[in-house]
Amino acid sequence: MKPAPFGYADPTSLDEALALLSEEGAKVLAGGQSLLPLLSMRLASPATLVDINKVPGLDTVDVTPSGDGAGVRVGALVRHAQLLHHAEAAQVQPLLARATSNVAHPAIRNRGTTVGSIAHADPSGEMTSVLALTGGSVTVATPEGSSAIDWADFFVGPLETSVHSPAVVTDAFFPALPPRSGTAFEEVSRRKGDYAVCGAGVTVTLDEDSRVVSARAAYISVGLVPEVHDLTEAVAGRPVAEADWAAAGDLARSLVDPDGDLHASADYRRLLVGVLTERTLARAAKEAADR
Amino acid sequence: MTDVSTERAITVTVNGVPRETTVPVRRLLSDALRHDLQLTGTHVGCEHGVCGACTVLVDGTPVRSCLVLAVQVDGTEVTTVEGLAREDGQGGQILHPVQEAFRECHALQCGFCTPGFLMTMAAGLEARDPSTDITDDEVDEIVGGNLCRCTGYANIKKACRRAAGLMKEAAE
Repeated sequence: MKPAPFGYADPTSLDEALALLSEEGAKVLAGGQSLLPLLSMRLASPATLVDINKVPGLDTVDVTPSGDGAGVRVGALVRHAQLLHHAEAAQVQPLLARATSNVAHPAIRNRGTTVGSIAHADPSGEMTSVLALTGGSVTVATPEGSSAIDWADFFVGPLETSVHSPAVVTDAFFPALPPRSGTAFEEVSRRKGDYAVCGAGVTVTLDEDSRVVSARAAYISVGLVPEVHDLTEAVAGRPVAEADWAAAGDLARSLVDPDGDLHASADYRRLLVGVLTERTLARAAKEAADR
Repeated sequence: MTDVSTERAITVTVNGVPRETTVPVRRLLSDALRHDLQLTGTHVGCEHGVCGACTVLVDGTPVRSCLVLAVQVDGTEVTTVEGLAREDGQGGQILHPVQEAFRECHALQCGFCTPGFLMTMAAGLEARDPSTDITDDEVDEIVGGNLCRCTGYANIKKACRRAAGLMKEAAE
């Protein structure tokens, strides 16, 4: 099908974009890789699309390697492909490249934006969970001004955030990976690049004697909003080589509450949570030890 | 203040030729290419970004043309499958290595998905260092986003390896 008729504007400043978004039924268009299918399937029919691609200053990746505010700030027009190939960003927060490589296919990653997929708040999106796992936040511009919103206050439900128009999410901030930490990210999908049946992103932090002090995980396509689960109690204080990652997987299975759908039953998703948790934690811990 | 339009005049350089047309703003790039510019080489399969048949290059980068509005490519260079072969200077054309490889490896059956595969593969192979041998993982990454309803994937992957080989020979 084709999109229903709409009006289109491509403002060249954020103020103009916000003014246009103040009108009834106006919607932001950034990469469009989730929005355009919704339009073509007529699941959405906004009155006006406000294309922010010509708004200057939104297409940068700012990396702060250390100190206060260490992390990666990703502008609203940064494409997944740009973040995937950003070596400096990958060094400060390796989950960014690891997760973006799982976002759809190269042609989608060339166009789709990381911030757009976060603002879209799809529980099967990779970057929503990465924002949660890293303890990140988004910056939201409204006609009244700009403010930071913590990830936990941003995601309200599937495809729903606490932010309402007129507003533009201008960037997402992913804090740096702490010292003596490792990460891993893995998905299971029916076909390469499809939405994950289940995915897991994890971080493991060790103390100076290489004993586990923290093991945390966030999942893809599990739950209605991104959730971060602390699995430390299953492996705390154990050296990397002796940690029982299967026990952490069992704990994770008991903490999640996935839904079943056309693609997978709830039980299968829960099984995958255990398998992926065990696998990714072991890998992340090894990375933390080698770092 | 920027106007809200329902129709826009756009100028796009398609396969090296500047083209001007006026489109309703809801026109998808895939439809603009086929209906407004009569370039029917770009095929439209699913119309929601799943099949990859409509893949074209915008400023050299592969994108799904059904997931881009025509107004958004105003001022850019678009390459479709019609622009993949080079002129040989004597009124004929020299096939792109991926086209050559598709022919050699019998990588098309009904041909519906072929334009999307060719564009995706051409861009994917041109982005890599041609002097190295292509790995199976690279091939999967390049072709993984396109569907072939004849399920002719074995030969398509073979053609991808062959095209990489042809490009390696050309680079030597």
